[in-house]
Amino acid sequence: MTVAGDRLGPTLFERSRPGRGGGKVPHPPKDALARIPGEYLRATGARLPEVSEPELTRHYVNLSQLNYAVDTGFYPLGSCTMKYNPKIDEWAARLNGFAALHPLAPDELAQGTLQLLWELEASLAEIGGMKAVTLQPAAGAQGELTGMLMVKAYHRHRGDTERTEVLVPDSSHGTNPATASMAGFKTVTIPSAADGGVDVQAFRAALGPRTAAIMITNPSTVGLFESRLCELLDAVHEVGALAYMDGANLNAIMGRFKPGEAGFDVMHINVHKTFSTPHGGGGPGAGPVGVGEKLLPFLPSPRVLREPDGRFRLEVPGERPDSIGRVRAFAGNTGVLVRAYAYIRAHGGLGLCEVSDDAVLAANYLKGRVADILDVPFARLCMHEFVASAATLKSATGIRTLDVAKRLIDYGFHPPTIYFPLTVEEALLIEPTETESLETLDAFVEALRCIVAEAHTDPDLLHSAPHDSPVRRLDETTAARQPNLRWRAMTGSQMPCPD
Amino acid sequence: MAYGPHTTEDRARMLAAIGVDSIDALFADIPSSLRSSKLNLPPPESESELSVRLETMAGRNRVDLISFLGAGAYRHFTPAVVDQLLLRGEFYTAYTPYQPEISQGTLQTIYEYQSMMAELTGLDVVSASHYDGATATAEAALMTCRATHRERVLVSHSVHPHYRETIQTYFAGAALAADEIPLVAGGPADGTTDLAALERLLADTDRPVAGVVVANPSFLGLLEPMAEIGKLAHASGALFVAVVEPVSLAVLATPGEYGADIAAGDGQPLGIPLSYGGPYLGILACRDALVRGIPGRLVGMTTDVDGRRAFVMTLRAREQDIRREKAASNICTNQALCALAASIYLGAMGPHGLRDVAALGAARAAELEAALAAAGAPRLHPGPYLNEFTVRVPDAASVHARLIGRGILAGLPVARIMPGEPSLADALLVCATEITTSAEIAAFGAALHEELAGGVR
Repeated sequence: MTVAGDRLGPTLFERSRPGRGGGKVPHPPKDALARIPGEYLRATGARLPEVSEPELTRHYVNLSQLNYAVDTGFYPLGSCTMKYNPKIDEWAARLNGFAALHPLAPDELAQGTLQLLWELEASLAEIGGMKAVTLQPAAGAQGELTGMLMVKAYHRHRGDTERTEVLVPDSSHGTNPATASMAGFKTVTIPSAADGGVDVQAFRAALGPRTAAIMITNPSTVGLFESRLCELLDAVHEVGALAYMDGANLNAIMGRFKPGEAGFDVMHINVHKTFSTPHGGGGPGAGPVGVGEKLLPFLPSPRVLREPDGRFRLEVPGERPDSIGRVRAFAGNTGVLVRAYAYIRAHGGLGLCEVSDDAVLAANYLKGRVADILDVPFARLCMHEFVASAATLKSATGIRTLDVAKRLIDYGFHPPTIYFPLTVEEALLIEPTETESLETLDAFVEALRCIVAEAHTDPDLLHSAPHDSPVRRLDETTAARQPNLRWRAMTGSQMPCPD
Repeated sequence: MAYGPHTTEDRARMLAAIGVDSIDALFADIPSSLRSSKLNLPPPESESELSVRLETMAGRNRVDLISFLGAGAYRHFTPAVVDQLLLRGEFYTAYTPYQPEISQGTLQTIYEYQSMMAELTGLDVVSASHYDGATATAEAALMTCRATHRERVLVSHSVHPHYRETIQTYFAGAALAADEIPLVAGGPADGTTDLAALERLLADTDRPVAGVVVANPSFLGLLEPMAEIGKLAHASGALFVAVVEPVSLAVLATPGEYGADIAAGDGQPLGIPLSYGGPYLGILACRDALVRGIPGRLVGMTTDVDGRRAFVMTLRAREQDIRREKAASNICTNQALCALAASIYLGAMGPHGLRDVAALGAARAAELEAALAAAGAPRLHPGPYLNEFTVRVPDAASVHARLIGRGILAGLPVARIMPGEPSLADALLVCATEITTSAEIAAFGAALHEELAGGVR
């Protein structure tokens, strides 16, 4: 194994030399720990890297340059909404009054943040058509868990303990069934209809006295609005079950469709997708949950309350006995929520509506153009994203979706989400977002056109792609069979070799 | 829209290409009965107006007090280099590294994070991040149930109340039991986990215990007899979960040293701002033997087709997008950027710098203990502590409120977060860190003395 390829540098551990770095805080008195009995103290020091600040800076700057990011190019990763986030939102979260506020600061010291959270709850409730919103969940998946725990509490509160099943369509995000399991439900997977939408007949057949809830993503994971929604929601409510909406795709429908008004009982909102907060290499996000009347008593605690005198406060422990309790420590991912608040205030109602309009416009434009190049299984108008497929290309040339995706890297684009949803063979889920220019969309189409031509003329070029990236295709099998998940100890002052 | 690129002409071109005559026509799939009312939200604001609004709101928070408040979230010095590097758009506007060829920056930083956290905890495997300390602890507790096929954990009453509540919420969902281990009342071990009670709870063979969860330092700041607790847990076939604070691990015995199987905690003290509760960093680490049951992403070292060293997400069969209802957890989005902040912080501090942070906090805390005792507020518990402890202050809540008027945030009146516990009714939980100054300690001592002596109001 080459220790460092031409573009990958050494690890921070390999850069370490004893005696370098540190010096950021004063030295403690020699006897600072003398009052603590030895058995409570660490026997050997932590072998953390010792590097100077200039080396540290270059290390991370050079690593950053190996990344593809929204700030560097088009990132049409379907379902993830990789749009440009205004920089003012980043600035806002760093304002000292927000950033330095302790989570257990008494309410009287936290009026600015509490007001922001209260107003954000109200805005999100308005956007979702919901009665109330909790901002506590840390991410969409935790929002799902919060929602499903409320569903469970609702049924239990009514003495209805037989409802053990949650129905999800086979096109759902993996988080939906995983959430149902965490909340102690059994997942029943319902096949989708041929047009990509929910199969109401199949749902009807599975609905019954054991159904606690359905979990539906709308617009769906194939980028379509569920046109049979009324029928489905009626069927769900007829049997006494509740309807959960996965709001991952809320960015398509702001100002056009409010899930709560339509009859959904509970939904989560990925504020890092629809509103603002850059995705940070995997997070953080936040996953507020909106509820209708039925689930109001079960919202996690604490909620933010406004007193008659206009002051804001957090609920105190035990104030709302039917609450499902806490889903995390403290109030929530407040720094993320500040960014979402700033985004919503910058756009206003009309601006948010325009965000959705432009996202849907861009997706339909791109879909029309991609349809000339790849299969597009669902011909009707899409919402903010659409699914394409390399199935025909594969049977003609042996080139798979994976190869197309990897070759897109050579053309300077981040690949779309691939092999999801599971219901479409050789799927590419493409989400352009509202912040990409027409020129960018056209350039992406041209890249796809070239790649499909290459698939016929020079398939090896695609099999071996990418060629122009910091590293090429990886040995994922060895990574999983012989996991190397941490740097092993350094030996003296010698630069260690990886095994 | 200020942030979108489309001109009127662009939109017209796109509509024409699609073959519809209006944007409204794109939404034809939404049944008319489901069309929503308009959004009733405030009008848009320009960036210049918005910046004033946000500065005004931020200014309504009071962050100018001299603070001794910790209780699970800590003020520390963050070197300037941390935020400068964190603001690299290549890091913070990328997503989960699904395409490793163009994500080596993120992947290598996660691998380095895992490695540094493994050094701090003395364990082998560290997940790429969880939401916060509370959810990481709940996930750790769930891990013990999956690993042992048992359905009950024991959680010390001295674990942070928010963490205990989060465990209860998660366990209610999974129909598992989380029972509490009481604390010793009186004597030299006052306020620490009651080993005799633990032994009795573990002896209940009808309800075998999957895991024992204890924090060190505890919520009350006390150091716990972790090695003994681990031995008791293991003797009954249970796993041992240590809830840790990462800065303390520069000086305190590690989970690896005292035999914990899993460590969980919050990485916020490692260069992450307080931000009223988040985003923070859930740390979750375990021994090698548990690697296939740990939830959350893992990054491993491998090679590419040219034999170059490279990094990739691995053991993905544990995750929700692959395993769906059989996944180890539903976690997807995590706190990767916070893990990056912690890594840069650790890199900037180095092993000696981190030790200095921990030891200086301990020195300042001893100074604080002396100043508060002299003011009439002695420690509540006698056992050893690192940099956080409780003091007895009659009528703690109102003294605390009056001290705010004097510009001092006198820690946390414990009853606010643990109500209804007579032994803690008069407790103030206070902490010092490396940024606490002697002058601040003296000011706190003097103000408290005046309050307790019924002096100047």
